[in-house]
Formats: sequence, structure tokens, C-alpha cells
Amino acid sequence: MTTDAAAPALVRALNVTKAFHGVEVLKGIDLDVRRGEVVVLLGPSGSGKTTFLRCINQLETIDGGRIWVDGDLMGYDDRGGVLHRLTDRRIAAQRRDIGMCFQRFNLFPHMTAVENVAEAPVQVKGIGKREARERARTLLDRVGLADKADSYPAQLSGGQQQRVAIARALAMEPKLMLFDEPTSALDPELVGEVLAVMRELAAEGMTMIVVTHEMGFAREVADRVVFMDAGAVVEHGTPAEVIGRPQHERTRAFLSRMHAQETEHARVAAEHAAAEEAALAAEDPAG
Amino acid sequence: MTTTTEDRPGRIEARPVRHPWRWVAVAGIAVLAAMLISSFVTNERWNFPFAFEIMVQRPVIEGLWKGTIFGTFGAMVIGIVLGVLLAVMRLSTNPVLRGVAFVYTWFFRAIPRYVLLVLLGTGLVFLYPVFDIGVPFGQQISAALGLSTDLTFAQFAYRDLSSTIWVGALGLGLSEAAYMAEIARAGILSVDRGQTEAAQALGMPPGKTMRRIVLPQAMRVIVPPTGNETIAMVKDTSLLIAVPVIVELFYQSYQFGQRTFQIMPGIVAGTIWYLIVCSVLMVGQYFLERRFGRGFGTAPAARTKATEAGGEH
Ligand SMILES: Nc1ncnc2c1ncn2[C@@H]1O[C@H](COP(=O)(O)OP(=O)(O)OP(=O)(O)O)[C@@H](O)[C@H]1O
Ligand SMILES: [Mg+2]
Repeated sequence: MTTDAAAPALVRALNVTKAFHGVEVLKGIDLDVRRGEVVVLLGPSGSGKTTFLRCINQLETIDGGRIWVDGDLMGYDDRGGVLHRLTDRRIAAQRRDIGMCFQRFNLFPHMTAVENVAEAPVQVKGIGKREARERARTLLDRVGLADKADSYPAQLSGGQQQRVAIARALAMEPKLMLFDEPTSALDPELVGEVLAVMRELAAEGMTMIVVTHEMGFAREVADRVVFMDAGAVVEHGTPAEVIGRPQHERTRAFLSRMHAQETEHARVAAEHAAAEEAALAAEDPAG
Repeated sequence: MTTTTEDRPGRIEARPVRHPWRWVAVAGIAVLAAMLISSFVTNERWNFPFAFEIMVQRPVIEGLWKGTIFGTFGAMVIGIVLGVLLAVMRLSTNPVLRGVAFVYTWFFRAIPRYVLLVLLGTGLVFLYPVFDIGVPFGQQISAALGLSTDLTFAQFAYRDLSSTIWVGALGLGLSEAAYMAEIARAGILSVDRGQTEAAQALGMPPGKTMRRIVLPQAMRVIVPPTGNETIAMVKDTSLLIAVPVIVELFYQSYQFGQRTFQIMPGIVAGTIWYLIVCSVLMVGQYFLERRFGRGFGTAPAARTKATEAGGEH
């Protein structure tokens, strides 16, 4: 991905702090994300990755610092240096340009896939029902689910549900997509189909912040990797720098744990593929 | 293997467990039933034929439709709409709304329905035969300032309405709302927080999130107890006489019996109608629950096929 270093950041977080019940879980995060950039957030469990992502689209309110998305200060109106909290409606309006995918998909279970995707454009943007559904079908086609448009979430596999969730977020034509461990609730054999959609999205120039433990995705797709620990950014740089030549002990420790896990996953995947191949061969000895 | 069919265990033909106490219970029940039937047959004060006659008298039928059925319907509509509203208020972040909902629920749960109906019908009309709607203390202010108007904008003759089914249904509905609020609150809380967050992340404002995403899913939890509340409400319409609303099933059938010195047939006529209406509602509730209990985690049949299709990516 080529990004113009001189262009103003699409996302700018400055000294973001956040505490839950007096316990500080974000301790002054600084992060700039340029337009079209793919940033992967890495870090051990509890390091504050999810919390930071949720702060960007105001699902959590921050205690200190500032977050701007496309020049808009999130959650507040800055009137001559005095911050005024925005109303719920204005916060909702700020979220429209930011898509989010959750670890547990959070599809609306009482709506079919196409209804899930068309819901927000109709309700929020006031697009006509017919047009919204047509566009929803196009989006579902894009994530490879044209034939599942009329299925309910309960009738879909995890990987399919997450792809519907991505289509649902894209239907609002966001400037920015946030992914919170989009594949970690999936069976290993379903991870690939979701990552493929995300790769495509990155290739089309979508700005993305992705929390994931998929190191392959981080290495190949990320423009930048940010390693967080205990509510702070420990180091950041290109995948080659952070994953290839980590400078900090904590990063190295985390990566070696990840590496061990990845080797294990690769072994399971290979076994899986071998078993499948064997089954295919048994079924069709001529082929 | 050399075993023959003979020494392999075959079909089981065991003696079932005996239940002697069941038979004792059946005998006891049979005796009680016989006593009841003997009373029906020998004590002519039951007078069932006359009870059936009372059931189809015009005032009784009118009481059934206007008092019991319309009263239940009206009270439940008010109760459900207001109850959902109260539940949403109760869960809101606005402390004023939360407080109002709390005080409402507290008051209407504490006051007996019979007392509430007397208060709304007889009490309120004693206080305000006519409602004046205007500036508070308007008459005093205009007297002090020497104005020609008394600052009243509208008048409404409550005394014309005070002993109608409308006030009766309102009273029962206001009381029901306090209970429906708790049911709706449980329903709303049963919906996963992730649903609200997904809607928020899409930029949906809070009202739309509630209406489009949360409430439809809360219905699964709200519908079954609402069926129970409706059946309970059928029975509580017999309290309408407290308003007093005289176009009411039990009052009419009882009065009919009294006028003819046939007390028991009058009571029996009303009872049979309540049994019929409640039975119909119970059947309806059964189907409604089956409908709303369906869906959600079901239909995994698509899963295997789905996984194969997904594998193409
Ligand atoms: N709503 C909440 N209330 C209280 N504490 C919370 C809340 N959400 C998160 N925390 C705490 O904040 C810290 C950071 O959590 P967060 O979910 O951001 O971590 P994470 O990096 O996403 O971890 P994981 O990899 O396990 O998802 C944790 O210690 C967590 O217990
Ligand atoms: Mg997390």
C-alpha cells in the first residue's frame, strides 16, 4: 500500500487515557493513521486493544487526550478551547463514517443477511428500501455470499456471519474500518475466508485498524504494526521492523508466544488439509 | 462364536412398577366427584338450566363484550404501551426519566386495583366534576390582578365519563402498566449488549436502536408473561363495578340471579363465561409462545453446506 506521508492523518489519537473503576487501561496512546493505511494492533490479552478501538468510535468515552477522525474531534465540540460533550444524536452521526466488526459478529438475529446489511442505510441514511436492498445484495456478492442473502444469521457459519458483518459495515460507506479480532471466534478452517475479504478491502485502499493475532495477515497486509502492552504503545513500525526485528523485550516475548501458537495452528491446518485430501482421494480414486 | 439364539438375552418382558397410591388417589377423587354430582342433581338450588339461560341474557352478553372483552383489550393495550415506555425510561441514562418511572411503578404496584378504580371513578368525579385545563392557580392569579379571564383554556366534563368503561379500562391499564414495565424491562435486559453496540457502531441513534433492534428481540421474553397478564386481566375486569361500571359480566349475571332469587345460577353463569374466555386465551397463548419460542438458535441444517460454499474463498 502506498500512502502519502505528507497527507493529514485520517485518525489522530493524542495522549488517550481511559480508566475503568479507577484502573487505568489506556495510559496515553498516540497514534496517527493515514488515509489508505492498514494498521495492525498487536498485544497480549488485557493490554487495551479492544478498549482503544472502542474509544475511536465512542463506544467508550475517553478520560483524557483527544481523538480526531477525518478532522472531527470525536465526542466533543471544541468551542474556543472549552470542550462541550456532543448529544447522542451527534455522536451517532460521527459514527456513521466508521465501520466496526466485532469478535462475536453481533449480527441482528431477527433479520436476514440482506436485511442486516440494508438496515442502517435505510434507518440512518434514509435510502429507499428497494435501493438499499439492491446495494446490500451487491455487497453480499462482494463478500461471496450472494446465495445466502435470505438466510438468518443462525443459519450461517461463523465465517459467513463475519463476512455479512463486514458487508453490513461497508453498506454505510465508511472512511475507516475497525476490526476487533474478527477471526478469533472462528474455527481454524473458517479464518481464511474472512481474512481474504479483509485483504481485498485493504487492496482497494480502505483505511483499516485491525486487532488480530493472525501474524501472517499482519506481515503481508499491514503497512504498520503497533505493539501495545499494559495500556501503552511499546513500539511501532513496518511489519518487518516490529515482527522481524523487535526492539523491546516485551515485544519479543509476545512474538515468540505467538510464533509457538502459529506453528501449532499451521500443524493443525496441515493435518486438516491432509485429511481432506485423503478423503477426496478415497472418494474419487481416478482423480 | 458358538452361542445360539437360545442363550442370548431376548426381548424384555418385565413387570412394570406398581403404583398402589395412584389407585387410592383415583378412588378418593372419584368419591369427591360423585358427591359434587349428587349435589348438582339433588340440590335444585344449583338450577343449571337457569344458569345457562342467564348466560345468554342480553345484559349479560353485553357485559361480556363491553366489560370483560373490551375492558381486557383496552386495559392491556394501555398497559403494554405504557409499560414498555416505562421500561425504556427505567433503563434510560436520564435520571429524571428513571425517577418518574420508578415512582410510577412504586405507586401503582402498591395501590389495590379495586381501590384505584373507586378513586378514579367515584373519587375523582367528586373532586373534579369538570376538569379546567389552564395556568396553575389561574383563578387566584386573575382575581388578584383583576383580569376578566380566569386563565382556563379548556374544560372537560369528567362527570359524563366517570362511570364508563373508558375510565374502567384506563384504571386497569394504569395499574397493569406497572407490572408490564417489569416484564418489558426483563425482556430488554435479556438482549445482548453487543446488539446495541453493533447498532450504535452503524450510527443508529438510541431511539431507532431501541425500536428496530432491541425491542423486536425482547419480544421473545416479553410475550409469554404478557399472555399470563392478559388472562389475569380478564378476571380483574370483574372489579369494574368499583368505578362503577355496571355493563360488566359478573355484575349483570349476579344481579340477574338476585332479582329472581336464584343466587347460585347467577354466580355460575358468570363463572362459566370466565372459564370459556380464559380457555380460549390459553389456547391462543400456547400458539403464540410456540411461535415466539421458535427461530433464533435453530436450523443448523445450512451449516455443513455453508462451510463448503465458504471454502471457495
Ligand atoms: N467495561 C469494562 N469494565 C471494566 N474493565 C474493563 C472493561 N472493559 C475492559 N476492561 C479492562 O480493561 C483492560 C483492557 O481490556 P481490553 O479488552 O481492551 O484488552 P484487549 O487488549 O482487547 O485484550 P484481549 O486480547 O483479551 O481482547 C482489561 O484489564 C479489562 O479487564
Ligand atoms: Mg480485545
